[in-house]
Amino acid sequence: MLILARRKGEAIQIGNEIEIKILSIQGDQVKIGIEAPKTVEVYRKEIYEQIQEENKQAATSSMNVLDFIKKSQK
Amino acid sequence: MNIQTKYHGELTIEETDIIQFENGIPGFLNEQEFIILPLTEDGIYFVMQSVRTPQLAFVITNPFIFYKDYDFTVEDVIVKQLGIESITDVKVFNILTLQEPFEESTVNLQAPIIINTKNNQAKQVILNNESYKTKHPLFIESPDSIKG
Repeated sequence: MLILARRKGEAIQIGNEIEIKILSIQGDQVKIGIEAPKTVEVYRKEIYEQIQEENKQAATSSMNVLDFIKKSQK
Repeated sequence: MNIQTKYHGELTIEETDIIQFENGIPGFLNEQEFIILPLTEDGIYFVMQSVRTPQLAFVITNPFIFYKDYDFTVEDVIVKQLGIESITDVKVFNILTLQEPFEESTVNLQAPIIINTKNNQAKQVILNNESYKTKHPLFIESPDSIKG
């Protein structure tokens, strides 16, 4: 992981099209501005991780499918 | 081509049956090709089967059967990425996480699968709408209670 220290008002450039800017720092909260092409999706990390995790759980649920079909017809 | 599947044995499929996820889906970034197969005769449950990985298959459903007020906006950039020209070309499915007992299964309303049926391009879209979470009960009293 690349680690950089930034002050309020400073920024980071990623590739040619993405900029991360530190807008304000208040207590333990940092406000971060992100400039990126709309084709680059930006998420709070915990949201992205939740989706990943849910997909993985859904892929491994090993319920007997014939059972599933029978029960769903109830 | 012939493929092995998780729940449907060996199948013969056509290129035109294949749904393409250009960037895969979260957790499975290398899985770009799936086919959709019926699971139950009532047309409610389907399986999204990986073409390359026989053991990878998701049980999916039409969310509006369970949550008739399910509503979200697909951003312009996604409409463009999938080449969507008309809303009538769009199919929406959501992934189920099956539980034992089956009644406790949940549906991921936070990340619908959007498919453009005209060109078979698809994407799992993560919604910013706070009402939708990854685990909504599949079976509830009132379909209007859309809270995580």
